[in-house]
This record gives sequence, structure tokens and C-alpha cells, in this order.
Amino acid sequence: MGAAHGHRLHHHGHSAVHRAPAHLKILALVGFVLLVVATPREWYVAFPAYLAVVVGVVLTARVPLLWIVRRMVVEVPFLVFAALVPFVAHGPRTEVLGLSVSEPGLVAAWGLAVKATLGVMASLTLAATTEPVDVLRGLRRLHVPSLMVEIMSFMLRYLDVVTADLGRMLTAMRSRGCDPRSPRHWPALARSLGALFIRSYERGERVHLAMLSRGYTGSLPTGADQ
Amino acid sequence: MSTPVLDVRGLAYGYPDGHQALFGVDLHVHRGERVALLGPNGAGKTTLVLHLNGILTAGAGSVAVSGLPVEKQHLQEVRRRVGIVFQDPDDQLFMGTVRQDVAFGPANLGVRGADLDRRVMAALEQVGMAEHVDRPPHHLSFGQRRRVAVATVLAMEPEVLVLDEPSSNLDPASRRELADILRSLDVTVLMVTHDLPYALELCPRSVVLSGGTVVADGSTYDVLTDDALMRAHRLELPFGFDPRSVRPGLGTGVAPDRAAPPRTDAAGGLVASPGTHTNPGDLT
Ligand SMILES: Nc1ncnc2c1ncn2[C@@H]1O[C@H](COP(=O)(O)OP(=O)(O)O)[C@@H](O)[C@H]1O
Ligand SMILES: [Mg+2]
Repeated sequence: MGAAHGHRLHHHGHSAVHRAPAHLKILALVGFVLLVVATPREWYVAFPAYLAVVVGVVLTARVPLLWIVRRMVVEVPFLVFAALVPFVAHGPRTEVLGLSVSEPGLVAAWGLAVKATLGVMASLTLAATTEPVDVLRGLRRLHVPSLMVEIMSFMLRYLDVVTADLGRMLTAMRSRGCDPRSPRHWPALARSLGALFIRSYERGERVHLAMLSRGYTGSLPTGADQ
Repeated sequence: MSTPVLDVRGLAYGYPDGHQALFGVDLHVHRGERVALLGPNGAGKTTLVLHLNGILTAGAGSVAVSGLPVEKQHLQEVRRRVGIVFQDPDDQLFMGTVRQDVAFGPANLGVRGADLDRRVMAALEQVGMAEHVDRPPHHLSFGQRRRVAVATVLAMEPEVLVLDEPSSNLDPASRRELADILRSLDVTVLMVTHDLPYALELCPRSVVLSGGTVVADGSTYDVLTDDALMRAHRLELPFGFDPRSVRPGLGTGVAPDRAAPPRTDAAGGLVASPGTHTNPGDLT
């Protein structure tokens, strides 16, 4: 299981943002995201202001901006999708860099991209300044249904185990002369992802057996979760 | 004789896919015994273990724990009495910290507050992991995780501890540490293992399960030195290990004396280099 443990999104620190109660940070994040989503995309000046707020929080937390930016790659597939919209949308056309694109499509793409970027940045900031267990504790304080919190804490716990499984499978593929990155080997990659899914499913069953063996009856004991 | 802690009679079980795994197993384990359950892969050892606390329900025959039949209405009590340590500690440790994980079992039994804390610390002290109480289990080494897994079960104060291949994947030092811990515990132990020197070291008595039935039940020394039996059931001693050259008294029904650590004698009694005596459990 090595050194990379579940805290890849966490940036250790002691700033005011780090120390703020988790449930307040979660509320602030939810409020901010709702505000961003609700803002009409034609209010062009609002978005730089939002960005300034997020950047301000990141700087206050003394998390390097580049650190956040690098973790924003998760957003890439979404941005690709947004970039396609102007080409496929209807409505009056206009010329950008010699290409004919749909004008409403362009505005829609701007809206998608900017709102997603702000949302992802804000979420990463929460993750960077709050330990995962504190996020869960915060959610519990906010009376998020305990079943959901339990599911999330299991995800958190087993993410590492499954990632390590995947890593070992990829290593095994590579050592047999197969490059998982090359499209030629994607069928093999797909099969091993299938195997990973089944392995994880079976692990889920074994964990459940181990829980039943210790008297689990359907809800985590409250005494065990401080 | 007193009521056996584990009383398995005529137990048969077939998996839902039609595969018959157990064909009439009889097994009695009495209080204070340490028994090794040996057998080749696929013999049905894990299947048998899963019947002991009612995870699987007997197709035929019966299981009783200190006289209490393993049936639906007694499941909670049966699971308190029978503590199972599974093979992969990652399956067993699923909470955020060692403390929460060890507290999980007793909290399910309704233990709360100071009582719960006391149980958690006592269990962790028994396995020498008390100082790691607030660490996340997945940050521990494999050997430490296995010890915490044992503690999660000890915290339920079971009458019998059942371990599924406890020495597999452990390095020799962790394997010995676990042996010391198991020897120091004051509970009945049933230990599934492929690690025959470990069985000889820890368990005076061995039961061999093969093809879903018990084919031998006797002193570990007698079982391991019965060449015909061993060959017939795919049991092999690690290269260079000869039970006959190990100090007599080990695995012959006399509990090993804790003051004179038998482990050293076992190592010293090896014919070939002690390095051959590491981890047969790895082969599974
Ligand atoms: N979930 C299952 N479904 C069907 N057959 C199973 C299942 N688990 C185990 N078996 C079969 O039952 C037999 C006994 O398995 P098991 O008890 O795991 O053996 P052991 O632990 O002794 O290696 C094996 O032949 C195995 O293939
Ligand atoms: Mg098994």
C-alpha cells in the first residue's frame, strides 16, 4: 500500500481556513456553488469576482495555486465536452479563428466551462484544507443521512486498496509487454478493469462477512464513531 | 467431559451453485485447547469456519458453541462467543482509526463509554498495538494490521478465537511475534493453516480436513510424522523441516512451556538452514 494514502487531495497546513469547522466550510462550499450555478452566464463581470474570492481563500490557506491547478485535470473531459457544444449547437453562426461556430453554443460553452471550473476549484480548496475524516464528521453534523456518510467513509477507506489493486494489475500487464496506454491494448485494459470490478465486488462481500462476524446488524454503532 | 466450546456434528454444506463443500464433518474443541485445522486448498476449511458463527447455515448436521446451537435467534450471542480473524486484514479493518475499528465489535454488542474504551485498550495491549490506537489502519504495516485484526476480535471477549491462515504473508519476525501473542492469550484457539511448522509450534492437536471430511484428528506431532496420511492429503512439510528432530514435547498434546520459548528450539532443531522455515502460507 505504499506512501500514497488517500490524502492526495489534502494539503497539510495550519491556516485559519484549515482550522475552520468542517461543517461551516461545507456549507460555504454548497452556498458558493449554488450561487455560481444560479448566476446567468451573460453576467460576465460576476465570474472574475467569484474567481477572485476562490483565489483569495486559496491564498489565505497558503495552498500553492499551482497545486490546486494541477489537480484540476479531473475537469478535462468536461471541458472537452463544453468545447464541442459550439460546433454542434444550432442558431446563428459566427466566425472564430476561421471556424464557423454557433453563437448561442459559444455562450453555453462559456457558461459550462466557467461554472465547472469555479465549482471544481472551490471543491478542491475544501479538500485541500480539510482532512477527509473531518469532511465526514462535518457532513454528519449537518445531518446528512448516516447511510450516505457511511457509504462515503467506506469509499474513502477502500479507494486506496482498489487503487493499489489497479496499480498491481497495470504493473503485471506492463511486465508482460503490454502498454496500457496504447489503444492497441485497450481491449486487454478493459478486461482487467472488468476483473478489478469483480475483485472489488468480492472484497465488498468479504468485508460485509467480517462485519457480520462482529455483530453488525445494519447500522454503525454510534459509540464507535467519535 | 465438559460441554465443548465448539461442537460440530455431521455438518454438510453445498454452495448455492451446487458445489458440495462439506460432507459430514465432526469436530469437538474443548476449553483451553489450541487446535490446528490443516488441509489442502479447497478442502472446505474456510467453509467450515463460516459455519462456526452462522455466516453460512448448515445444510445438514449441527453446530453448537458452548452448548448454544448456531441458529438464527442466537446469532448475536454466537458471534460474540466465536471471534473470527479473516485471512486478509484489509477485509477486517474498515474504520477510520484503529480505535474505531477495535470498538466496532463491542459497540455492536451494546458496550458504551468508559467500558468500551477499557475493552479497546485491553485488546490492543494484548497484541502490543496500544500505541497505534489513533492511527488509520491502512497506514500500518501488514504484520501490524494482522495484529489489529486479532484485537478487533479480542475486544469482543470471545470464548474461542478462530484464525484463517494467520501466518500467511507475514515476514518471519511478524510471524514469530504473532505466535508469541497467540501463545500468551488465554482463549481457546482454532487455527486454519498451511504453515505446518507453525501448527507444530502452537497447537498440540491437529485436525486434517480433506475433500470435505475430517480424515485425521490427533496430536500434531503424530499427524505430521504420518507420511502416508500427509501424502494422501497433499500436505507437505517445508524443505528441510523435520518434526522428528524438533524437541519432543512440542505438538504432542502437552502444551508448550511459555518460560522456555519453543520457537528457538524449533529453529535450532531444523536440519537445513532456518531460512527454509519461513512462510509456507504464502503459497496459497
Ligand atoms: N462462494 C462459493 N461458491 C461456490 N463454491 C465455493 C464458494 N466458496 C468456496 N467454494 C468451493 O468450496 C470448496 C471449499 O472451499 P474453501 O472452504 O474455501 O476451501 P479452503 O479454505 O479449505 O481452501 C472449494 O472447492 C471451493 O471451490
Ligand atoms: Mg480458505
